[in-house]
Amino acid sequence: MKKKEVPQDKSNLESANFRELCYAVDENGEYTTENSTGWEPKTVALKNAIEEINERTQNAKTRVIAGKTSPIEYYMELHKMDVGILASYVGFWQWKVKRHFKPSVFKKLSNKTLSKYAEVFDISIQELQNISK
Amino acid sequence: MEIDFTHHQSAHCENGVVSNLMKHNGFSISEPMVFGIGSGLLFCYIPLLKVNHAPVITYRALPGHIFKKFAKRTGVKMKREKFKNPKDAKARLDENLEKNNPVGLQVGVYNLLYFPDEYRFHFNAHNMVVYGKQGDRYLISDPVMEDVTSLSEKELEKVRFAKGAFAPKGHMYYPISFPEKLELETAIVKGIKDTCKAMLAPVSFVGVKGIHKIAGLIRKWPKKKGIKTANHYLGQVVRMQEEIGTGGGGFRYIYAAFLQEAGKLLGNEKLIELSKEMTEIGDLWRDFALEASRIYKNRSAETDSYNKVADQLDHIADLEKVFFKKLKKAI
Repeated sequence: MKKKEVPQDKSNLESANFRELCYAVDENGEYTTENSTGWEPKTVALKNAIEEINERTQNAKTRVIAGKTSPIEYYMELHKMDVGILASYVGFWQWKVKRHFKPSVFKKLSNKTLSKYAEVFDISIQELQNISK
Repeated sequence: MEIDFTHHQSAHCENGVVSNLMKHNGFSISEPMVFGIGSGLLFCYIPLLKVNHAPVITYRALPGHIFKKFAKRTGVKMKREKFKNPKDAKARLDENLEKNNPVGLQVGVYNLLYFPDEYRFHFNAHNMVVYGKQGDRYLISDPVMEDVTSLSEKELEKVRFAKGAFAPKGHMYYPISFPEKLELETAIVKGIKDTCKAMLAPVSFVGVKGIHKIAGLIRKWPKKKGIKTANHYLGQVVRMQEEIGTGGGGFRYIYAAFLQEAGKLLGNEKLIELSKEMTEIGDLWRDFALEASRIYKNRSAETDSYNKVADQLDHIADLEKVFFKKLKKAI
């Protein structure tokens, strides 16, 4: 890539006010660096990945309202986590976290267990129990 | 307190922290030099693992490896510490800052508030330097950022004790002793040999063979997984290749910069020629990303277009095979 070809497309970097560093060659073939504001192919890839997460979150919410899963799954998706990551944050086995997805099990969870989830998601127990709030 | 530390932006965090800490200690080592000596370049498909519900491929060595190899090959001694208790981790950090010693930290990205929201994923192998503290705030030199920044005590604790794969556990590191003169020549040769070995490894998911493997998978994705999932997977491949930290072209440009610098240092014309070749290969990786983005941008694509990008990868793999064989002979 030539220095003058380093893409300067609009991207999400703008919101944090920084440009990333790329390596490229100058007119004499010498390697140098150039800042880039973004490149469309990866901006689109990132945008799609975020949309995918939003879809998963929305889908989880619908299932919580329909009584098919517990709010824990919704908050997990909202925080871009999967069962493995969530399990390591709350300090439970993965099977246990999956069990807590069952609305019938979730209803009977102790305050101590609930508070572990609430702390990870940075919300109150009330917010954890009622996602429409 | 604030340590007199100069922040240099780099493409990749791990190289950047090493390069900046070396510079702070009076050794002028560029980012590409750290990357090359530490054998950072790689291609690896990691079977069975999924991140963001998509397959994982990496264009670089495992987190921490570049660092470890660089230190070993140049004779720099590093002190590394991990902690069970956040309080101990903070105390040790403060102690080092008191002693005027800037330290490297491994952190998770998800709670790194100065990153744009969209980039905050559960990735735990990010690196930064802490070079001081003012009131409640730690002064941070994050190598991928243009300027220095800061984090509160609580914010820093959160990222140092992020959970999940590669959990940092407060990981802190800094150089404690240096050789009188860095033996860069031998270190460069070791670094290059190691990279050639990995790229030409007879393992189906590593190096050149790994690229062919991914090409094969891409051909199958639309039929096996459906267009939506295939596009999601393809998007993740491009993100791994081009996301912040790669310097563009899946680290191929940084590696080309290393070969050019190494060629001059060793007086080896062949390396300088090979640097040009690596740049061209980097351009082909960019072409692949561009072509792939046309597929996932439109969201509806024919199997033919997947085959086309897979052909591009097969072509790159063939070129890299020849390239690394030549590189092996050039040193």
